Amino acid sequence: MAAATDDGIAGAKSGLSLVTNITVLLLVVLWLVPTVGLLVSSFRDRDAISGSGWWRAFTATSQNFAISTEGEFTETPDGWTLTGNVFGPDGSGDVSAFGGRRSEPNAFAPGETGELVRGRTLTIEANGDFVYVDPDEEEPSRTPSLYVATEVPPTFGTDNYETILFSNGMDRAFINTLTVTIPATIIPILVAAFAAYALAWMDFPFRGTIIAIVVGLLVVPLQLALVPMLKFHNMIGIGQSFYGIWFAHTGFGLPLAIYLLRNYMVGLPRDIIESAKVDGATDFQVFTRIVLPLSFPALASFAIFQFLWTWNDLLIAKVFLPSSAESWVMTVKIADDLLGSRGGDWGILAAAAFVSIAVPLLVFFTMQRYLVRGLLAGSVK
Amino acid sequence: MSPLLQGILTVVIGVGGCIGYFWSSNLVLDKVLFPPRGPNAGQNINRANAIRPWLFLLPAMAALGLYLVYPVFGSFWRSLFNRAGTDFVGAGNYAALMGDSEFRGALFNNFLWVLFVPAASTFLGLLVAQLTDRLKWGNIAKSLIFMPMAISFVGASLIWKFVYAVDPEIGIINAIRDTFGMAPVDPLQVDFWNNFFLMVILVWVQTGFAMVILSAALRGIPEETIEAAIIDGASPVQIFFRIKIPQIMGTIVVVWTTITILVLKVFDIVYAMTGGNFGTQILPSYMMEYMFRDDGRATAVAFVIMIIVLPVMVWNIVQAKREVH
Repeated sequence: MAAATDDGIAGAKSGLSLVTNITVLLLVVLWLVPTVGLLVSSFRDRDAISGSGWWRAFTATSQNFAISTEGEFTETPDGWTLTGNVFGPDGSGDVSAFGGRRSEPNAFAPGETGELVRGRTLTIEANGDFVYVDPDEEEPSRTPSLYVATEVPPTFGTDNYETILFSNGMDRAFINTLTVTIPATIIPILVAAFAAYALAWMDFPFRGTIIAIVVGLLVVPLQLALVPMLKFHNMIGIGQSFYGIWFAHTGFGLPLAIYLLRNYMVGLPRDIIESAKVDGATDFQVFTRIVLPLSFPALASFAIFQFLWTWNDLLIAKVFLPSSAESWVMTVKIADDLLGSRGGDWGILAAAAFVSIAVPLLVFFTMQRYLVRGLLAGSVK
Repeated sequence: MSPLLQGILTVVIGVGGCIGYFWSSNLVLDKVLFPPRGPNAGQNINRANAIRPWLFLLPAMAALGLYLVYPVFGSFWRSLFNRAGTDFVGAGNYAALMGDSEFRGALFNNFLWVLFVPAASTFLGLLVAQLTDRLKWGNIAKSLIFMPMAISFVGASLIWKFVYAVDPEIGIINAIRDTFGMAPVDPLQVDFWNNFFLMVILVWVQTGFAMVILSAALRGIPEETIEAAIIDGASPVQIFFRIKIPQIMGTIVVVWTTITILVLKVFDIVYAMTGGNFGTQILPSYMMEYMFRDDGRATAVAFVIMIIVLPVMVWNIVQAKREVH
């Protein structure tokens, strides 16, 4: 019977493993492509982004330039002639094609003599040297514009990040986000931990009802709280302020905090807690000396949740913080300011997005274990 | 004072205040009100222990009551008044909502969101969870698919706005169309289907959540049931649909409802991507249009969302009560 089992599993494995590997690989690539695209673009300048897709950012690309020539025409047997180098006297580059009109920058290959309108001819060598001949009787009144396509090696830089951080107010928004997040993460933990201990290890009437209410409150739409609580904040004099958003995040985070922590604390070994009580420890001592340290994984899980949620929040920040620029958090800054004023400037937008994403991603990858544990405790019951 | 310093000070005061409250209230209870000494020692201990749980619960219950219970009634009450909050209009705001074609559109779109996002996220999450189960690099794959969970909806919107960009040199969708010789389109302005292009963003974020939970559920299935099926000659596909799925059905329902609730909260994506234009309005973003302008209308929309959530809430409470008893 054992042999049959082994055969079955082995057969399933070999038959499907290639398909499985490829499918998963495709899914992972599909999932990563959007983020990678924006990440790559955050290191490219505006011209590079609109010149070629980010998927070609790592190969040399062809870019078109319009060049206004300078210098004096000289009279030759062929006509008025202008010579020079499209890259200027000191520059250098690699011309891959050229033309005499904006609409056809790729009309001729380097070294060719291109026929332009009215008998004019233009030759541009690969190194940029050009000869322009105008057979007209009179000396042309102005020098022509030339259009060349050049091979540009890929360039990456942190200019976008410097722009966004040092001249766009994103640094202020970053600090504001941090300011909202820290108290809004720490304060609910403590409040919830005491409540969770009472719900897990103390016996009193209506305990089951309170737990059920907490579970019910998990799904109350936050939208309901916006108008009444803003009115309440105005009434008690804190109005739209950091105090307001700290209180709001604390209130909204509590159901999940209590639920997660209670589920964890209920699973702690009964012996430890009871023997401590037999030894004369009060509930307060049992909680601070035994339950709280043992609950560290659950506390960490909730802290990560609350941190990600408050850091990434847009709704509460829009309602409970003043709408003036100096108290914008990053999400508001991006959604209300940059998307409008910098709509087409993808390098800047991308850099702003990654400034706001960086910290959560760091937390995510370093503390994924706790996050997963928290998700499981919250859902698989 | 800089807000950050103010914040740190608040943490100190908040944490100190909490500890101070719990410590001193316990002290008062044990030393002053009901000291476990003297002629009534035994009675006092019982009394103290009857009161103590409420001391532990008080701050949390006060905050929950104020920020989550009271608003349900406060919002409903407010929704019965006019824009300024001065005149009682009864169901007037609700009647106005029903008469507004934008609201009906938002309701319909939200219906699509509730139908599509949980289904797609749960399905993809289950698919990835099953496929990565025995893969050597499964954990890395899962970690990468889980990653969007850490990104804000605003950040995710920006990431996808870039994917959907009209310029074929910027947006990868139009770049692909371009290679097939098709003209560029703006996915966000394609009638009806633009809703789904927005939903894709939330599916992209939530698949990781579904995957993590369903993956744990799949691992929790007793090996014997699968081995028995293999012995009976079941194919891998049969094992998945006939043995595994029925055993994790409870978890699938939990994942499904959790994402459904989330869908009814997310206004960020529509707000950042289209601002509710081109027929993509949903209830949360519709509400934000009236927030600060017409509180009567805004609270009425919020209450409509509450009514939609209500069945899930009742179901959650029933489950929780059953668990506690």
